[in-house]
Amino acid sequence: MSALTLDTRPSVERPARRRARRRNVIAALLFLSPWIVGFLIFTAWPIFYSAYLSLTNYDVINSPDFVGIENYQRMIEDPKVRLALGNTLLYTLMKVPAYMLLSLALALLLDRAGRASGFFRTVFFLPKMTPPVAVGVLFLLLFNGQSGLVNSVLGWFGINGPSWTTDPAWVKPGLVLMSLWTVGASVIILLTALRDVPKDLYEAARIDGAGFWQQTKSVTLPMISPTLFFLVIVNTIGAFQTFDEAYTAFFGSGNTTYSNDAALFYVIYLFQQAFQFLHMGYASALAWLLFLIIMIITVIQVIVSRRLVHYEGGSR
Amino acid sequence: MTTTARVPGVTAPPLASADAIAVDKSAKVGKSKRGWKRVLTVTLLVLFGVIFLYPFIWLVSASFKPRSEVFDNALIPNTFTLENYVNVWLEAPLALWLVNTVIVTVLAAVSVTIASSMVAWGFAYFQFRGRNVLFGIVLGTMMLPGAVTLIPTFLIWNGLGATGTLIPLWAGNLFGSAFYIFLLRQFFLTLPRDLFEAARVDGASNWKIFSRIAVPLTKPALAVVLLFEAEAAWTDLMRGLIYLRDTATFTVPRGLKALVDQFGFGGEWHWEILVTASVITTLPIIILFFFGQKQFVEGVASSGIKG
Repeated sequence: MSALTLDTRPSVERPARRRARRRNVIAALLFLSPWIVGFLIFTAWPIFYSAYLSLTNYDVINSPDFVGIENYQRMIEDPKVRLALGNTLLYTLMKVPAYMLLSLALALLLDRAGRASGFFRTVFFLPKMTPPVAVGVLFLLLFNGQSGLVNSVLGWFGINGPSWTTDPAWVKPGLVLMSLWTVGASVIILLTALRDVPKDLYEAARIDGAGFWQQTKSVTLPMISPTLFFLVIVNTIGAFQTFDEAYTAFFGSGNTTYSNDAALFYVIYLFQQAFQFLHMGYASALAWLLFLIIMIITVIQVIVSRRLVHYEGGSR
Repeated sequence: MTTTARVPGVTAPPLASADAIAVDKSAKVGKSKRGWKRVLTVTLLVLFGVIFLYPFIWLVSASFKPRSEVFDNALIPNTFTLENYVNVWLEAPLALWLVNTVIVTVLAAVSVTIASSMVAWGFAYFQFRGRNVLFGIVLGTMMLPGAVTLIPTFLIWNGLGATGTLIPLWAGNLFGSAFYIFLLRQFFLTLPRDLFEAARVDGASNWKIFSRIAVPLTKPALAVVLLFEAEAAWTDLMRGLIYLRDTATFTVPRGLKALVDQFGFGGEWHWEILVTASVITTLPIIILFFFGQKQFVEGVASSGIKG
């Protein structure tokens, strides 16, 4: 605090103090230098260069060939872009609500679990540690149409499970179900928020005769709404950039090249354009469209949330 | 970590005791309705617990089954065999992949922890003009989708002749990472400032104040960063796909993907190989988790606080 007061009164500064302050700035810059260098090389320059590349045709071997907005025009007409966007949107729309409902249900259960909550929290979080490649493999195994575990369990209830890994209509719902397995981080974040809800609010609600559902609706949900909102945004952005599991299961470029239109998500298409076909210019344009879409979705969510999210005492 | 007090240790009671606790509590409450709710809660928890754990059990069990029985969904293998582990070892240079991944994981985790803590300290301790603007930029970079910088970053490493080596998989971490800088700065800000002023009066240099006083006090947060990044580096697939060509340079996730290409949909349908390779890919990270589960859980919990 004292240093701050000194800083704001430069007029009474003596030369020695000024020198000390300059040393202070130099020391600060030295500590910040890794980030500053990294930012310039790996963030700032790439942003500008990517914007430039999106206006060129570039195959890495020959130098970039300026074509203006051609890549963006091509994008609008590219049926694969439409397909990939549709797939990604559908996947996100299925995944995020399911993800939020399940993580809320599990967090509410954990909050009432007493001493057992530590154990079950670990259990629910464990799948999150599984490498996404292995999750992709697990999807192929567990959701196998003929003999996978999922369809066997469905069979107990007399349900004839679909061909999750081959039927285009069921690939995305299957991937969504598989992704619910790695819901653990959201559960823990929600549980932390639930534990922060002041207990006397529940007391008051109970005195007013509110049951479990009434309490959840009138006390719990408003109190944790900032966290719910945060998770909706983070999970939406994540779902929109999904890559690993679907790529592992459905796309390959080893000795045999294979692909599956039903699982062609946006980032997979971008990756293919960039690193399989070496259309670096076109892929850069695709990246900027992704940036734009994510921005629009986030802005819409922020606007919608203004009505729904309850911030206690304004900031923080 | 401001959450430490809120998140109790994750020392897990054995599964069987969960029901015992339920009975315990309901007896204390005395009302049968509450007790019934308690039983319902615990039943649901156990049910979900089984659903969340079973894929692991299924995978490990299947890895000990011969090819014809991989999909029999039996909990205990009818025919127990170690053949798959031998075959995976023969089919793929797994030892090499494991070594590569350990190298990448250690270098990635250590470098990002050192760099991020330095930068976080720069933002937490020093007061200078433009600090908040600069820190705003740090936070802003978290909003940028990785796809935007993906291609130029590739061109940088390609230009440096680093494609085909392990360097692009970790060297970016030498410059720190926005999320960890944010996390560590929050932690540094909770330390009492008097401590550093006193050391300064005693003539300690800026570096000494950081490395001898601040860092030792920040060990819990540094452990979170180290473990988070170790997990991220161990499981990373996309960089492996972009930068690694030669089988001998593969990391385990990249190698597993190559095996899927060879033995899965695109190839020979030897699922037992993929099952076993998945176990080998996953096991180290599960061990890492049990090693630092407190850090992982608390780290995740605190990452949502700002929301």
